[in-house]
Amino acid sequence: MDEIAAILEPHIPGLRRYAWALLRDREAADDLVQDCLEHALAGWHMRRRDGNPKAWLFTILRNLHISELRRRSRRGTRADVEEADSAEAFQDADPERRLIFRECLAALDCLSEEQKSILLLVGVEDLSYADMAKALDIPIGTVMSRLSRARERFRQAMETGSAPQLRRVK
Amino acid sequence: MSVDQPIGEDDLNAFVDGRLGPERHALVSRFLSENPQLGERVAADIAVRNTLRDSLQFKAAEPIPARLRIANLAVERHASRPHWLRVAAAALLFALGGLGGWFAHARFAATSVAQRETRVAAEALSAHRVFTAETVHPVEVAAAQEAHLVQWLSRRLNHPLKAPDLSAQGFHLMGGRLLPAGSGAAAQLMYQDDGGARLTLYLRADGEAGTAFRFVQGQNASAFTWSEDGFGYAIAAQVDRTQLLNIAESVYQQSKVSEEPKKPPPT
Repeated sequence: MDEIAAILEPHIPGLRRYAWALLRDREAADDLVQDCLEHALAGWHMRRRDGNPKAWLFTILRNLHISELRRRSRRGTRADVEEADSAEAFQDADPERRLIFRECLAALDCLSEEQKSILLLVGVEDLSYADMAKALDIPIGTVMSRLSRARERFRQAMETGSAPQLRRVK
Repeated sequence: MSVDQPIGEDDLNAFVDGRLGPERHALVSRFLSENPQLGERVAADIAVRNTLRDSLQFKAAEPIPARLRIANLAVERHASRPHWLRVAAAALLFALGGLGGWFAHARFAATSVAQRETRVAAEALSAHRVFTAETVHPVEVAAAQEAHLVQWLSRRLNHPLKAPDLSAQGFHLMGGRLLPAGSGAAAQLMYQDDGGARLTLYLRADGEAGTAFRFVQGQNASAFTWSEDGFGYAIAAQVDRTQLLNIAESVYQQSKVSEEPKKPPPT
């Protein structure tokens, strides 16, 4: 068990960061990570020996997230993602940093789930392009074009600021 | 991008991500300076990538919560029922829901495991708050009558109980009481250490085959809850999380031993 812990635990900070970026809710994010780790432990013997555990873990977490999203949309309830939690994270930061932080999260919300995941897994969690292709089950060339599109959308959302609706009214 | 320029989308992405070798990097860099419009776009991509990384860095810097430690998860996984048993239990409940009409089924579906666990935790924490503060009658039946206490609570909860021995953690049994819980009953066992700190173990039927340890932070005390064999457990105290987990594990191990008396000793 110590050996498994030594392989899995170094990835927990990254998994928590990815889960939090997707859900923006401290408890819900840690529930998702817990769920992911429990699945990983249950399927430990089925993991690919040659595969990299990092990509495997992030793929499990993303799949759990997607099935939760589907379940939620079937039930017709909206995700209760409150900003309160996000604000708490940067309570001590100076106002300008806090503003950038908020804009950054708002821009992320302009992206589809897949775009968000590509941007976060490649740009923040440093997954290789090959691992990303495996995680999404698409060819590497397609990863490249989707990554470019996600970047473009994110950049534009950051440039327009966090309140595009208000801008339109003006 | 013209055909004679061998620089493609993969180069630009790898440039933004800093994944190019030095030679290729220099080549792309030169190409971008010759195409200022594209260069500007790529520079902006790098800037927003850094902003995103910086904004989320705080989360990865946080210490790992105890409930996500592999050792803690592994304890639980060992204890969980085989998957097919859970499936069978779910199928049975579904069949019962069908018999009882859609209301029963809908109610079951609407209350998730997490919600039920939270309810057990909330009940446990509120019982903890009320009775640990009691100086005259903290318990209904004192530890001096432990055999009677255990027999009585087991009968009222319709489940064989045992008061776990927590002396290794510095806590000794004070006694226990019977409490109302929804349509059934719950039991509370209270322990105290030499410094007068009190800890309570709350038990009630919850119909769960087995769930992981969950940590719940209350206003004054915190709790670990879990389920095993249709029974919900919550251990509540004003101690830190690691110490509480240690106590919860001890209670869990002891409840396993008492439920499997016929298990042959390992040879």
